[in-house]
Amino acid sequence: MLVLFAPALWLLIFFLIPLAVVFGISLATKQFGRPPYSALLSTEDGTVQLTLHLSNYIRLFTDNLYVAAYLSSIRIAAIATVITLLVGYPMAYAIARADDRWRNILLMLVILPFFTSFLLRVYALTGFMRGNGVINQFLGLFGIEPLVMMQTDFAVYVGIVYTYLPFMILPLYTTLVKLDVSLFEASADLGGRPLRTFLSITLPLSLPGIIAGSMLVFIPAIGEFVIPSLLGGPETLMIGRVLWDEFFTAANWPRAAAVAVAMLVVVVVPIMLMQRAQSAVVEK
Amino acid sequence: MFRRGWFLPIAATLGFSFLYAPIVSLVIFSFNENSLVTVWSGFSFKWYGEIFRDPQMLNAAWLSLQIAALSASIALVLGTLAAVALVRFRRFRGRTLFSGMVSAPLVMPDVITGLALLLLFVAMESFIGWPRGRGMLTIVIAHSTFCMAYVCVVVQSRLSDFDRSLEEAAMDLGASPVRTFFDITLPIIAPALVSGWLLGFTLSLDDLVIASFVSGPGSSTLPMVIFSKVRLGVSPDVNALATIIIGIVATGVLIATVIQLRSKPKKARA
Repeated sequence: MLVLFAPALWLLIFFLIPLAVVFGISLATKQFGRPPYSALLSTEDGTVQLTLHLSNYIRLFTDNLYVAAYLSSIRIAAIATVITLLVGYPMAYAIARADDRWRNILLMLVILPFFTSFLLRVYALTGFMRGNGVINQFLGLFGIEPLVMMQTDFAVYVGIVYTYLPFMILPLYTTLVKLDVSLFEASADLGGRPLRTFLSITLPLSLPGIIAGSMLVFIPAIGEFVIPSLLGGPETLMIGRVLWDEFFTAANWPRAAAVAVAMLVVVVVPIMLMQRAQSAVVEK
Repeated sequence: MFRRGWFLPIAATLGFSFLYAPIVSLVIFSFNENSLVTVWSGFSFKWYGEIFRDPQMLNAAWLSLQIAALSASIALVLGTLAAVALVRFRRFRGRTLFSGMVSAPLVMPDVITGLALLLLFVAMESFIGWPRGRGMLTIVIAHSTFCMAYVCVVVQSRLSDFDRSLEEAAMDLGASPVRTFFDITLPIIAPALVSGWLLGFTLSLDDLVIASFVSGPGSSTLPMVIFSKVRLGVSPDVNALATIIIGIVATGVLIATVIQLRSKPKKARA
């Protein structure tokens, strides 16, 4: 039982309770001092008083900045997830169908960027897409005018697809590699064309991988901070960045906590979806 | 089905080029003498020398390495225990909650994790006086928590295709459960432990967002220093530093892959 006790206690203290603390502090208000928020519990004339403020939440729904940031984060994360799926699926399929020797090499090539610093990979992209970056110098050889790529939503999409691609490929590969080849043969023998076989056999059977991979991209992408702040422009509105500014620039901890709670509400359903898909991927 | 087709090879080639082209160009330009990063003016190691003369960067690197080693080790112990609990105890009260808590940090947006832990540390300090201030200790705690989720996933997949009859044989021969664990189970899952530790180490070394929340004055980690440099514009010494890090990581992944392939003669799994 000790085996269970130690990690469970650690997660309780450093994962579950912090989320409760965030919720608590989201009901406080900003004040000067240390800590920079009002106390929820106070004693006055021997009675304990609980003071809760809903002002942060009211503000979230009435201030257009927050609503727009949430919607735009969800939109950017969703579009980027679909692009990542479209790029990653053929790659995962190619790896799963490659012969043994190649498969391990290709798999390692997917895992390598996954281990390489996320921050440095985003930085590598800036060198690639800048006004005088590698792409524009290449285009310049053909006399094409430099494209403006940095500080646009386009750069944010490229950044998410680029950095999260391994998270999409690995679960897809895990489901695709386990598919029974005889199913494809049966379909082909019965006259199914490759596209038909793909749509009616491969795609449905790889659904758990698709869901797991998509959630592994979509959920962290919603709260992404590094990508929009290094690649996006001032008008790229994402909620992770709003939370960061609320905390570090405005030093409004309770507001930042309320933004976090609202973000949690948005991601909790995808997280549950992912956990079901993940157990399906592992157990199959 | 696509075996002899043209679609898959082309898609895979394009995909891998997309993954590697920016990294390759970053490595090439780290040897560029010109400070205008993308204008090539000659081969030089000068930016590498620059890094080793920058005390801010060296201190941050040393701090990050210490934090990564400590966090990976704590995460290894806790993550392995969690994996054993999840694979071996099929049913117990709160299993769903437990497995949810283990895997949620995998996808939890960093800004939430960072803010939540910071608020916890501040609250704890005012109630029980610990941890005093924020710095290396609080970063290690935060990193151990999310790295343990990754260790758990890696060890779990190894444990679930593990032949339990070996353990049963050891117990039948009179070995205690603890002895069985150390003599039988541990050597078999060792490759997963190595890759779990390495994964935790690199993830900790890489984290910017969570560390920014829970660090204190004077404890800037390497990603924090890199981020503040990169935010101000491109700096060629970051290219050199990135090349060193990528070189180390590539070697590590190569070694880990070889170890895993050697120890696992059957088909490799992700």
